[in-house]
Amino acid sequence: MNKPIRRVSVFCLLLVLALMIRANWVQGLDASALNANAHNKRTIIEEYSYPRGDIIVGGQPVTKNLLVNGNYYKYRRAYVNGPMYAPVTGFDSQAYGSNLLENVENPILSGTDSRLFFGNTLDMLTGKQKQGGDVVTTIDPKVQQAAWNGLQGKTGAAVALDPTTGAILGLVSVPSYDPTSIAGVTSDFSKNWTNLNADPNQPMLNRALRQTYPPGSTFKLVTAAAALETGQITDINAATDSPNPYMLPGTNTPLPNEAGDTGCTNASLNTALALSCNTVFGKLGAEIGPSRMLQEANKFGFNNSNLTIPVGVTASNFDSNMNLAQTAQSSIGQYDTRATPLQMAEISAAIANNGSLMQPFLVSEERAANNSVVSQWQPKQLSQATTPDVAQQIQTMMVNVVQNGTGTTAQIPGVQVGGKTGTAQHGMNNSDNPYAWFVSWAKGTNGKEIAVAVVVENSDTQRGDISGMMLAAPIAKAMMQAYVQ
Amino acid sequence: MSGTGSLTATFAPQGAPNRRNTELSLLAFAVLVPVLAYAETGIAMDGRLPAGMLGYTLGLGFFVLLAHLSVRRFAPHADPLLLPLAALLNGLGLVFIWRLDKSVQLHPNFPAAQLQLLWSGLGIALFIAVIGLLKDHRMLQRYTYLSGFAALVLLALPAFFPTRAADFGAKIWIHFGSFSIQPGEFVKILLPVFFSGFLMVKRDALALASRRLLGLYLPRGRDLGPIVVVWALSVLILVFETDLGTSVLFFGMFVVMLYVATERTSWILFGLLMAGLGFWTVARAEGHVQARIQEWLHPLLTQGGNGVGQIGQALFALGAGGTIGTGLGEGHSWLIGFAAKSDFILGTIGEEIGLAGVMAVLVLYALIAERGLRTALAARDPFGKLLAVGLSAAFALQVFIVAGGVTGTIPLTGMTLPFVAQGGSSVITNWALVAILLKVSDVARRPAPDAVPVTPGRQTEPEKAA
Repeated sequence: MNKPIRRVSVFCLLLVLALMIRANWVQGLDASALNANAHNKRTIIEEYSYPRGDIIVGGQPVTKNLLVNGNYYKYRRAYVNGPMYAPVTGFDSQAYGSNLLENVENPILSGTDSRLFFGNTLDMLTGKQKQGGDVVTTIDPKVQQAAWNGLQGKTGAAVALDPTTGAILGLVSVPSYDPTSIAGVTSDFSKNWTNLNADPNQPMLNRALRQTYPPGSTFKLVTAAAALETGQITDINAATDSPNPYMLPGTNTPLPNEAGDTGCTNASLNTALALSCNTVFGKLGAEIGPSRMLQEANKFGFNNSNLTIPVGVTASNFDSNMNLAQTAQSSIGQYDTRATPLQMAEISAAIANNGSLMQPFLVSEERAANNSVVSQWQPKQLSQATTPDVAQQIQTMMVNVVQNGTGTTAQIPGVQVGGKTGTAQHGMNNSDNPYAWFVSWAKGTNGKEIAVAVVVENSDTQRGDISGMMLAAPIAKAMMQAYVQ
Repeated sequence: MSGTGSLTATFAPQGAPNRRNTELSLLAFAVLVPVLAYAETGIAMDGRLPAGMLGYTLGLGFFVLLAHLSVRRFAPHADPLLLPLAALLNGLGLVFIWRLDKSVQLHPNFPAAQLQLLWSGLGIALFIAVIGLLKDHRMLQRYTYLSGFAALVLLALPAFFPTRAADFGAKIWIHFGSFSIQPGEFVKILLPVFFSGFLMVKRDALALASRRLLGLYLPRGRDLGPIVVVWALSVLILVFETDLGTSVLFFGMFVVMLYVATERTSWILFGLLMAGLGFWTVARAEGHVQARIQEWLHPLLTQGGNGVGQIGQALFALGAGGTIGTGLGEGHSWLIGFAAKSDFILGTIGEEIGLAGVMAVLVLYALIAERGLRTALAARDPFGKLLAVGLSAAFALQVFIVAGGVTGTIPLTGMTLPFVAQGGSSVITNWALVAILLKVSDVARRPAPDAVPVTPGRQTEPEKAA
């Protein structure tokens, strides 16, 4: 019987061998794929098993980690001043993932970034608890607060930039939401998530970065730059040949002036900007032509779908292949022209910075858990939007708007302020209330500069450029004041 | 059968050391390793040594020492490896069950470690009883047909008891209040006894009095009858009770023993044919078998928003363990959920002590099977040979079926990992199994009283003072 017993022994050995090969396969070869599987809860359990790094505004963290010791997760994300900073931080939820900085900066915040490898290994060896790194933002809490206060009760957004560096000083979207309310997995959180997504006012929409609006008259700044660059206008104070009303080329449709008829006929560029004459800028746009206008818009940052701050920004649109009538309308910020509030702040910043458009950025520093700096943002030029000479002429005209035109509500005593109001019609046959815009910049005596764009969606009562002046400009003024004074 | 007598001399030379001291020192490690694992788990999960540390150490040490002393007294020539291997696996199993008891996330989670410790104690008590009371394993031969009958009754029993929703379709338990036993486990010893006794008597008829057909030797119907009846009955009952793993296990054991008894390869072909036919029929008829196959083929498929199934979760656990594991108490194998402590306990082992740990545990099982098969080689009587080979092959098959199911090597069929998984009936049975193997090896390794070679046909050995 011994021969078959030996064969049975070999068979048993083969059984164990098969198990061993399979174990090596699963735990060796397949391990990384299994660990990366989206349904493997270990990834997210691990993520919340140690404190996540903080997002820092003005030296103070605006994020917290609550030690909840839940069934699955040890920590849960919470936010300080959540609704005000939500457009900056985004949310980080155990159930719904993350967005904005929480998402883009996750490698640093969760401490998994390869640049943190050395420190992590050291911590592991010394038995220190793993911890994420911090992300330092460029947001100025005073500017943010001013914008937040000003937009209360309205729907809209505000963005402030440092024109000289591109640092984003304020980023507000209203109505907002508290990311703390959706950070967990229990039924309360899921109810909040459902409600927020069903809310017709879209509180989770980041209007400052992810919503485009018709820019209306604020786009005339770009048209002015193109007119000066192309030599269409050589003297901002010289009268132009501008009929009122102006018939759109190739049509029988007149382009009217919202501000009424006074002063727009043959107005100089300076006067036309101060009074926001559609006729003058519409005609200039048509004369400059669609391709040159497109080129100008692109220099100021339009049609750029690759911009990240490092959060992705929705591209602003200026159409290509338009006819003259469409170009005329687009040149006053109507037709298909659409811009994010950040885009309009970039235009203002480029003009204030003598034509040099700096790349907007939100994160100035990434730090490891031990506060050592992992990376630091170096300001860089996005494009030379216009020549210093042209930029300075537009600055003069924008100061004139605030001194004598539609932007008088943005005046700050002792500070040089330039601005431009805008009113953008929208809805079928302009049936909806127009959007009120104000873009501006201020140069304080303390050497600080700030460029701002504010948009208010529900400008219920007033029409015309007066709404930009009454609704948006005071908010911009408060933001600028918070920074330069 | 030729050459058995001369081989005996090789395995049990005169005056060979009986290896009891080797066993004792190995047992010290078999206790020390689980105790250290217990301590590490406690430190990892609570930051301190577990409160039951001293009790556990003394309890395990005491049980194991008793077992050792009984072997020393009643089976002095027994194999020195089997007891330490069983003790080590049992001890580690207790640590892993205790570790899962502490997972608040596992739901429902009924504390099982203490009960398992009690069962282990009972198992070792049964071990001592077998070692002490079973004078010679050939005594079992007298109960050949009684064993066969008892096996059938035990297998059929659960079908007559009301099922419970918590049993997930498998009718293999008998419940007495909060207490339940799995009679099928005991059959793992009764059937080999029956097969050994039966085949020992019939093997010549089965091997020789056969007709040749297409190059195969087919046995006569009257020799084959009882075996086929037992096989068909047990398979029918198991299919009826939807416990496919045990069905495959018993049939595999049956084929192996038939092959060893007759030395006819045709039996293996015949057996595989029968198994294939049976499996094909069952797979076609039983929805739950098809579901098992689908889950084996696509373990990472999600099931209606509930994430992956249990095999997928077990694979995740194994993958998370990687090469060296997360460390005891630091894994998340509770994600496996139901049966994490019993059928799926290998997932926890794989996650927390990694591939290294899984390989080590597999080597421990391989060693147990190897010692059992070596005992079968060394045994001088055909009944002992058949019994040892049946018990060992069944043990190896069981490990393959359950570990193969959890690792996704083969379709999953519910079964316990011997000594390690939670389950009282299983622990008791496996201790008894090891005890019987030790008794067979004691006789096999016992130095012959004189130089007369033992003839294969002898039914009794001269009694020797222990």
